[in-house]
Amino acid sequence: MANYQHDLVIIGGGPGGLAAAIYGARSKISTVVIEKASPGGQIATTAEWENYPGTPSTSGPEEMKGWVKHAEKFGAEFVKDEVVNIIDQGETKLVVGKNNTFEAKVVIVSVGAEPRVLGVPGEYELRGKGVSYCATCDADFFEELDVVVVGSGDQAIEEGMYITKFAETVTVIVLHEEGTLDCTPVLKERAFSNPKMKWVWNSTVNAIKGDGIVEEVELRNIKTGELSTIEANGIFFFVGMIPQTDWLKGIIDMDDRGYIIANELCETNVDGIYAVGDARQKFLRQVVTAAADGAIAATAAEKFIHEEEGFKDMVINQKVPVIVSFWNPTKPETMDLNTQLEAALEQFGDKIKFVKIDTYRNLRISRKCEVKDIPTVVFYKDGQIVDRLDLKVEVDQVVEKIKGLL
Amino acid sequence: MMIELNKDNYDAEVKEVQGAVVVDFWSPKCDPCMALLPFVEKLAEELEGKVKFCKVNSMQNRRLSIKEKVLGLPTILFYKDGEKVAELTKEDATEENIKAEIAKL
Repeated sequence: MANYQHDLVIIGGGPGGLAAAIYGARSKISTVVIEKASPGGQIATTAEWENYPGTPSTSGPEEMKGWVKHAEKFGAEFVKDEVVNIIDQGETKLVVGKNNTFEAKVVIVSVGAEPRVLGVPGEYELRGKGVSYCATCDADFFEELDVVVVGSGDQAIEEGMYITKFAETVTVIVLHEEGTLDCTPVLKERAFSNPKMKWVWNSTVNAIKGDGIVEEVELRNIKTGELSTIEANGIFFFVGMIPQTDWLKGIIDMDDRGYIIANELCETNVDGIYAVGDARQKFLRQVVTAAADGAIAATAAEKFIHEEEGFKDMVINQKVPVIVSFWNPTKPETMDLNTQLEAALEQFGDKIKFVKIDTYRNLRISRKCEVKDIPTVVFYKDGQIVDRLDLKVEVDQVVEKIKGLL
Repeated sequence: MMIELNKDNYDAEVKEVQGAVVVDFWSPKCDPCMALLPFVEKLAEELEGKVKFCKVNSMQNRRLSIKEKVLGLPTILFYKDGEKVAELTKEDATEENIKAEIAKL
């Protein structure tokens, strides 16, 4: 049991988490990645990977080793543990693992997704006995044997073609009409011209049978209801993914399918908790989009930390009243106002503090202070907002209000 | 120390042995296996003299693996007095579960 303290704690070492670690550590915030197995994520179970920009052909496990090294090079730490809870302590979050605790200023949730289980008879009982969800793990077993692949999305077809390198035949069970696959056209074309790939249309798996190992797969035609059996030694399921977010229920907001709801900055509903990658509600779940999320979240996290700390020093922890003027360079009148305020407030000397905040550089603070437009002047006393002036800000008004505060 | 098994020594090292034997089926291509192996190797050191630890590189021993009904990785088999008494495969093959099964032996 160890207690770690970091600026940034990243839960999950897939592409989203690793990209966040690279960006976080490179921006000099102390960064730790917690991973329950080995870093790499789902892509580390993909042997042939060809859609990462600039990398037309690589293998998942190899490539991800490079990402880990990249993060380590900038100083990110890696700890093996399984996280079970995040406790919001206000200024920090306590990330609770099975073996350690991690105190963080910002948490990035990068927990990813795992293969969906269809739940047909025999599927659970024959796992590791011919039922598989990982081609790189198990395809080699099926040299010269017959294999069934369930699903027709990119993953099913890509992995199916990888299995043809070993297996005698790969029979793909497709829910759709003959000729219709869910994968991208380029894969479809390649799969149809692969002589080892066989196709069963309008069908789903009804049961998997065998004495200790997979021997037969029972199929059901969804149009006619007719059952049929094919002999197979292995069956690989690629029928979608389930986000690994069960343990996050009640901690952050999710949709009814368990995907975390996060905005464009990857912010969840809890201040200081970000979500990236496949566990997030999003349009496209790929390494490239997970990595993009990771970069965004880590950059947002770094700003969060510096904004929070700066604001705390300059405003919240001050013993005298603080006058905060929100401005930005696109509105020259706000800059003029600052100059006038500086001159007018000189009379108060050390009895007050005057702070200027650029709304462009400090989105979070501006939002926290509910700044809708500028100029806005907010009056703080003992760390609390006690008064404000929105849009119509007169220097005299500010001076009057300060007198009232002293 | 973990004993490397193949089709020639499997029976002698596992099935004809009195006491507790743990067999780790792995392959260098299987990422979860590679993540788990250091833990199992550490356990083997800690429990030296009490529990015998062996490993099978499944890719070099396909027939042996299939004969032992292992067709997916990682898989850990637990033997007592030559009888297979438990098995952990895929996501069930966690550090905690392995420790729990060994405790039962």
